[in-house]
Amino acid sequence: MAQVLLIEDDPAIRRSLGMALGRHGHRVRAAETGEDGLRQSRAERPEVVVLDLMLPGIDGFEVCRRLRADSGVPIIMVTARGDDFDVVSGLEAGADDYVVKPVEPRVLDARIRAVLRRGVAEPQRVETHAGLVLDRGGMTVAKDGEPVTLTPTELRVLLELSRTPGQVLSRQQLLESVWEHDYLGDSRLVDNCVQRLRAKIETDPASPVFVQTVRGFGYRFGPV
Amino acid sequence: MRPRGLRVRLVLAFVLVTVIGAVAAAWASYGSARGSMVDEAQQRATDEIRRRVAAVTADLTYPPDQGALDRLRAAVGAPALVTYGSLSSAEGTGLGLLTGELRAEVRDREALVFQRVTSDEGPRLLVGTPVMRTSVDGARAPSGIEVYAVRDLTPTQQRIDASAEAAVRTSALALPLAIVLALFAAGGVLRPVRELGGTARRLADGDLDARLRVRGSDELAELSATFNHMAAELQDSVDELRRMEADSRRFVADVSHELRTPLTTLTAVAEVLEGEAQRMTPDARESTLLAVEETRKLTRLVEDLIEVSRFDSGTASLRREQVWVRRAVEDCLRARGLLDQVELDAPDDVTAVLDRRRLDVLVANLVGNAFTHGRPPVLVRLRADDEQVEVTVVDHGPGLPEGGRHRVFERFYKADAARTRSEGSGLGLALALENARLHGGDVVAGDEPGAGARFVATLRRFPREDT
Repeated sequence: MAQVLLIEDDPAIRRSLGMALGRHGHRVRAAETGEDGLRQSRAERPEVVVLDLMLPGIDGFEVCRRLRADSGVPIIMVTARGDDFDVVSGLEAGADDYVVKPVEPRVLDARIRAVLRRGVAEPQRVETHAGLVLDRGGMTVAKDGEPVTLTPTELRVLLELSRTPGQVLSRQQLLESVWEHDYLGDSRLVDNCVQRLRAKIETDPASPVFVQTVRGFGYRFGPV
Repeated sequence: MRPRGLRVRLVLAFVLVTVIGAVAAAWASYGSARGSMVDEAQQRATDEIRRRVAAVTADLTYPPDQGALDRLRAAVGAPALVTYGSLSSAEGTGLGLLTGELRAEVRDREALVFQRVTSDEGPRLLVGTPVMRTSVDGARAPSGIEVYAVRDLTPTQQRIDASAEAAVRTSALALPLAIVLALFAAGGVLRPVRELGGTARRLADGDLDARLRVRGSDELAELSATFNHMAAELQDSVDELRRMEADSRRFVADVSHELRTPLTTLTAVAEVLEGEAQRMTPDARESTLLAVEETRKLTRLVEDLIEVSRFDSGTASLRREQVWVRRAVEDCLRARGLLDQVELDAPDDVTAVLDRRRLDVLVANLVGNAFTHGRPPVLVRLRADDEQVEVTVVDHGPGLPEGGRHRVFERFYKADAARTRSEGSGLGLALALENARLHGGDVVAGDEPGAGARFVATLRRFPREDT
């Protein structure tokens, strides 16, 4: 189904996870180190990167940052510890989602499909909200005439929120609609994504206009 | 209470010693003062009488007549009695005190005799002396005249009484001084004792850095030094034990983390094999399904171990968020396919600020325990007040094992030694308890009358203001 780049230093995991994802229909290429992963990513243009955080040489966080610097490719990180530190650092480095080892391939497959769906265009419609132009069909965003580059996840959060301007969506709702997580989804995924989104589309991210926080409930688009 | 008792005893002992000492000293000095004063008064009186008698006897003619006796009596001074055979001359009061024994003694000893008596009027000194006559050849012999006098010792007695009073006053003055000194001394002894007690209490309360200050070089200082030595040894042992425990817990954590890598491979392989199982021979299929199942159990065990080691190392943290508690419980049960098997008694509108994932673990473990160790029907009851959310899980099994009220929360606790394996990791209830405690709550196990075991988890509904 998808072109997956698996960056993982443990050969057994690389082999077994690659095999299992292959059985779910993905075309998996594997990289053993961060450096190799970055090189393959540039050469092969994978649709999804599955990234182990504990790597020899440059670690997963750094790989994540470098990938983000020149691409919006969805990144699912695999943390060995599931500790808050890893998760928060990984999300700050730009990861879209995370799973904890030992991960079940079917869960990883579901996450891969979910990230891919975020990039699927909606019926063509262009909306303008106070200088912010959302092209749902073309999957592009422009602010004051300038195009803004969003990752699929950021774009999907913006599209979900702007579908019903002025209405609050809880983190849980966003986790279910954008990340397709179950009821135990990690709300930090949403918060982190909103932060990055604001940095890109808000004039002053500290006092946001488009994506506003409703304390204790969630987020809402506008009113602008 | 002990030091106060000791203080009282010390003061009492001091006072007692002081009183005995003062009384003994006063008694001794009174005795000697009294003796010397009485002796002196006696000496003076007898010397006076001797002198007066001697002054008159030179002019006496023998045998003396009444007139001579009267002169002699006058010379001695009243009250006095002078006798010669049947003649006597007496003047003054108190002569009745002169007893026959005294007279006999004067006659027998041919010397001056005195005796102290206490009459109704007061102390009196009785003096009796024979008048000696010197013959021409120089020999001295009793002349047969006897002179008796009674002397009043009251002034002397008064002086003695005054000195006794002074002694008593001095003793009385010594008493408060003794008490003050006793308090000082008691303080000196008791302060270190109190410090010792306080330090021992601090040690017992877990403050292993507690030490005594060593002052001086007396027995108390030695005791303090010994105590400090003991405390240091204790601290070393406890440190060693804690280090060993921390090491072993870290070891468990490390091992669990290390297991994640091979488990990731096993999990992936198991899923591949499971997908192929239907195409395998029966033996291979059964082996495969066993391997898959055991891999899942192992994964669960390792995850629980890692979670437990987070609590042990104090790195378990709460991520509180607004939660609709009934929905969270339903989600938890639904995710495990238990929603239809549990009787849920819960109000719709309870919200709380909790860690969603930890609430899920708590409910899942309590309900899981009810199904594995109890019997259906399983009832989950949710209640809330302003402070707390209470989740009660009741089953209809045999109830808690004997003495298991607390032990069920122990890690890998097995009520029945023969039952070596169960569905869970053996850490479920321990984790439930830890998660409740992290929420400022608790889990209490008990028996529900008419049903089986009952577990009541309480969670603080909202975070405390200061956190």
